[in-house]
Amino acid sequence: MTRNADKSEQIVETQARALLEACSLHFAYPAAKNATEVVRGATLAIERGTLAALIGANGSGKSSLVRLLAGILTPRSGEIFFDGEPLSAIEPRKRAMRIAYVPQTINSVFPFTALEVVLTGRSPYAGRFRFETNRDQEIAREALAAVDALHLAPRSVMELSGGERQMVALARALAQQPQCLLLDEPSSALDLKHRAALIRHLRRLRDEQGMTALVVTHDLGLLDPAFDVVLAMRCGEIVARGAPAEVLRDETLAEIYGDAQIRARRVFDRTFVWSEL
Amino acid sequence: MKRRREDYIQTGGTEDALAASAETIATAADVSTSRKRFRVALALLFLFLILSAAISLSVGYQTLNFSALKTDATARLVFFQLRLPRVILAAIVGASLAMVGAALQALFRNPLAEPLTLGVSGGGALGAGLAIAFGLGARVAGVPLVFLAAFAGAGVSVVLVYRLARTGGAVVLPGALLLAGVVINVVAASGVVLIQYLTDYTRALQILRWTIGSLDVVGFDLVWRMLIFLVPGWIVLLFVARDLHLLAIDEETAAALGVNVRRSERLVYIASSLIVGTTVAVGGTIGFVGLIVPHAVRLLFGEDVRVVLPCSFLLGAAFLMLADAVARTATGMGELPVGVITALAGGPLFLWLLRRQQRYSAM
Repeated sequence: MTRNADKSEQIVETQARALLEACSLHFAYPAAKNATEVVRGATLAIERGTLAALIGANGSGKSSLVRLLAGILTPRSGEIFFDGEPLSAIEPRKRAMRIAYVPQTINSVFPFTALEVVLTGRSPYAGRFRFETNRDQEIAREALAAVDALHLAPRSVMELSGGERQMVALARALAQQPQCLLLDEPSSALDLKHRAALIRHLRRLRDEQGMTALVVTHDLGLLDPAFDVVLAMRCGEIVARGAPAEVLRDETLAEIYGDAQIRARRVFDRTFVWSEL
Repeated sequence: MKRRREDYIQTGGTEDALAASAETIATAADVSTSRKRFRVALALLFLFLILSAAISLSVGYQTLNFSALKTDATARLVFFQLRLPRVILAAIVGASLAMVGAALQALFRNPLAEPLTLGVSGGGALGAGLAIAFGLGARVAGVPLVFLAAFAGAGVSVVLVYRLARTGGAVVLPGALLLAGVVINVVAASGVVLIQYLTDYTRALQILRWTIGSLDVVGFDLVWRMLIFLVPGWIVLLFVARDLHLLAIDEETAAALGVNVRRSERLVYIASSLIVGTTVAVGGTIGFVGLIVPHAVRLLFGEDVRVVLPCSFLLGAAFLMLADAVARTATGMGELPVGVITALAGGPLFLWLLRRQQRYSAM
């Protein structure tokens, strides 16, 4: 596990390999008066083909960090690198062909069909005044099939369950044919079966396509052994990084969540996490 | 689907789901693409537009008589200087309002948004009222001052309403949006009444006649002047149609997909204000065209905003031509303001949509 102190060494060490890197990012929402920064010097590196989890207490800046990495928000200072190239120098549509963002859910007020939603993932590839081609249609269907959701294609997203919407959101991201997926609390609305299915899909994408993914999650119980690496955030900074079994330890969790009641034990090659009441 | 059945079952799918998905793949393949739907929609709507134009041109105080048109100079004058310009005015006003309604609905992710409900028309009316009271007939570079004032009023409203309804992040509160629109409408309407009381009699009468809203026009002079404003507005809205399509689903993902959200918003504000200001300055507030038409288009041709915008344009033109034809002939004596016809049709639709939306949000 790498602590804050030797963060810079870590970056130098991984520079050759890391697909997504961020160096001392700072961000505050401009609308808030005397805004306190929600991201304060976050630095991270995610290697190609890894499944990374981002954990941390509510309000620790996880969602903001992911939005910064997705290019939805622009950092106040600091730089993000994708494959060694500064993210700010990549044209937004080109960026969308490499990095895909998966929101918590799809909250459309219009009855778009699932296929229409997934097809919007092809928009970075299409001209402004062009509709999707037959090839785009094929890719969108394949993306739905990859998450076992092809049967949802003609249905309105307004009628879908939380789990189904999540799959459609993931399929749209896959239709972008990105190298890296950023998922913001995808499992928050899902039951255990669908949470496991989501992680299974992500692992398969990693194994078959070498996909890189960063997943914001509160599901500490599913981290080990599902993820390759766990990053932990506290007060806008990355405070811990390592394999799940290394991060999920009593003293580290106490530091991340500021709560000494959280326990983690390794049983059956898995780490179980709970809190004393 | 290229994956093998064994793979599917191994990865957590069930036999039933496999059978079910095999069935739906077949139907999914039949789902027509936006492109196909767009072509069919354009063809149908063009036909309907021509039909509507023919009906609207032939009915009126005197039914159109082709033989009289050839021989009688007065009949020719009436047709070419009164009826034809009026029908064309109805078409461009209807097309404009409908397309703005479709754009605002997508931008605000609110099916109840349209120039009237958001207070854009109200703001435009106040601006135009002020212009009539102070500088009637004045022109800046050949452009009536009323247009510019209405544009400014509409612009202030659209920005104000959005600022009021937007929370810190990307969320636009749908209730706050409509309430802000209602308040702006009430304030603007009171402002117009106040102006009527404060100005002299003739101008007050002019304002009154104009607030009722009418598509009465003589010759093409005014139509050309309007087009100077409207055509750029139309082009801008069609230019951002793709961005609006993505924004209608979700603002954050639209940004992640490469949409410059702030720029698209500003373009829609400017284009909508320009279009609504111009139409309000000429025809008064004609409500609900921007609500009825986009919803009809969605029901007929689906949700894709890139289809909905241009189709709303065509159907809006046809709709207001027909509404105006009804307004001209319904009573048998004199004419009704066309806004009365559109409000009578649009009000109930608004209430129905409101009820349906409540049902959805309760789910």
